[in-house]
Amino acid sequence: MTSIELENVTVDFPIFNARGRSLKNRMISYATGGAINADAEGHVTIRGLEKVNIILKEGERVGLIGHNGSGKTTLLRVMSGVYTPSEGKINVKGKSASLINISLGIDPEATGRQNIALRGALLGFEKRALKLRRKEIEEFSELGSFLEMPVRTYSTGMQLRLAFSISTVIQPEILIMDEWLSTGDEGFKEKANERLRTLIGNTKILVIASHSKELLLENCQRIIWLEHGKVRMDGDAVEVANAYFT
Amino acid sequence: MHKEHSYGAIARDDILRSIRNFQLAALLGWQDVVQRYRRSSIGAFWLTINMGVLIAALGFVFGTIFDSKMSEFLPFICIGLIFWGYFNQLINEGSTSFITNSETLLQLPIPFFTFVLRTWWRNTIILLHNLVIYPVVLIFFGALVDTDVLLVVPGFILLSINLLWMMLILAILCTRYRDLAQIIQNIMQVGMYVTPVMWMPSHLPTGTSPLMLNINPFFHLLSIIREPLQGRSPIPINWYVPALMAILGWTVALFLFGKYRQRINYWL
Repeated sequence: MTSIELENVTVDFPIFNARGRSLKNRMISYATGGAINADAEGHVTIRGLEKVNIILKEGERVGLIGHNGSGKTTLLRVMSGVYTPSEGKINVKGKSASLINISLGIDPEATGRQNIALRGALLGFEKRALKLRRKEIEEFSELGSFLEMPVRTYSTGMQLRLAFSISTVIQPEILIMDEWLSTGDEGFKEKANERLRTLIGNTKILVIASHSKELLLENCQRIIWLEHGKVRMDGDAVEVANAYFT
Repeated sequence: MHKEHSYGAIARDDILRSIRNFQLAALLGWQDVVQRYRRSSIGAFWLTINMGVLIAALGFVFGTIFDSKMSEFLPFICIGLIFWGYFNQLINEGSTSFITNSETLLQLPIPFFTFVLRTWWRNTIILLHNLVIYPVVLIFFGALVDTDVLLVVPGFILLSINLLWMMLILAILCTRYRDLAQIIQNIMQVGMYVTPVMWMPSHLPTGTSPLMLNINPFFHLLSIIREPLQGRSPIPINWYVPALMAILGWTVALFLFGKYRQRINYWL
């Protein structure tokens, strides 16, 4: 059974000022018995999430809403395993993947084909597995002979098409997204949205952060509203959306 | 990942997963080299040319100053400079392994040690480019090497094991303390002069304390490569010190890495 369980998850970000980042200052403060800059040591923390309790079960399609800085991205990162909670527990069952910045790892100097290998490897594909999917990726991108050209010669739309085609060949059990992926021109958009829907349809748990009411209502049955790192409301999508978007 | 896991288990898990998926580190490292030299027709051999010029110039100047036999001194300084360059790059770039990959670390759950391996692989590729100079020097002087040269294989393995723990520790510390990278740079610069790279141990006046060489870890690390390549067998202490360093270094590295593995993302 795929599931994500968060129990009292708190995330504190240490904020280092220049002094806290400096080993030299640290040494001086030891040498002087710590009298100098006792509070300027840089141990300021910002609370990203506070005592968040969420249980996501198989089959759930969950939206995250909240203002900027409310903790959406932090929560997504906790769920995808990037941040380990400072306090509390998280238990994730199932293979997760995030579609957050799909252009990450794309090297503009390398050709489209080399980038497929590069980005594919970052997503965890082994060489052999990627070989089997290569054709599919290339065809989906509709880049044709441009695949032999360096990516820097591509238009923005073409770059997005390449990144999209590679990033969506994954089929995770848990899919984590930050907003819907934008995919350039109209013709490709339909096809891309179709593929995203299939991808989402096949994942067991979807978590998507978004500011768009339509998007959330179309894809999610449940919405979690975050405010100042805490869960303000958690429940039926329509109910929460109506409360938030007023 | 649970908090209950011991430090050792966390560190071991990350490192084993990185090694098992070495092809990712290798691909990224290779890509780094290719990217840097993509638009030049001779690629990374530009570095080889630079290194060759440096070796010829310094070899000639210092060989003359020290009044050394060129057939002996030039191969010596050739390996010294090539490998010191390798150490230097690995240590300096190793310490920023996490910082330069922060975007990836904040997004994909890739084991962290992969990025240390990436730095190691990239520089090892460059090392192989530079190493082509050595046979040229040997042929030029008609020098021969015998089967002792094979000792360079265990030597290189032991060297790499040592460099990797240094890189890992520095990568962790430099992510937390951003001024440490500069301190490291300074240390490496001084290190080049106190280590027999441009001068030979035989240039030291008789009666110099052997400690001047033996307390310098880089002397031993360099010797297990340079001696075999010059057709000599390294003296026992050259093997013992790196072996001991490897054990102690990895113990500290595993502890630090296990303890702070989950904090690194917060420091980026």
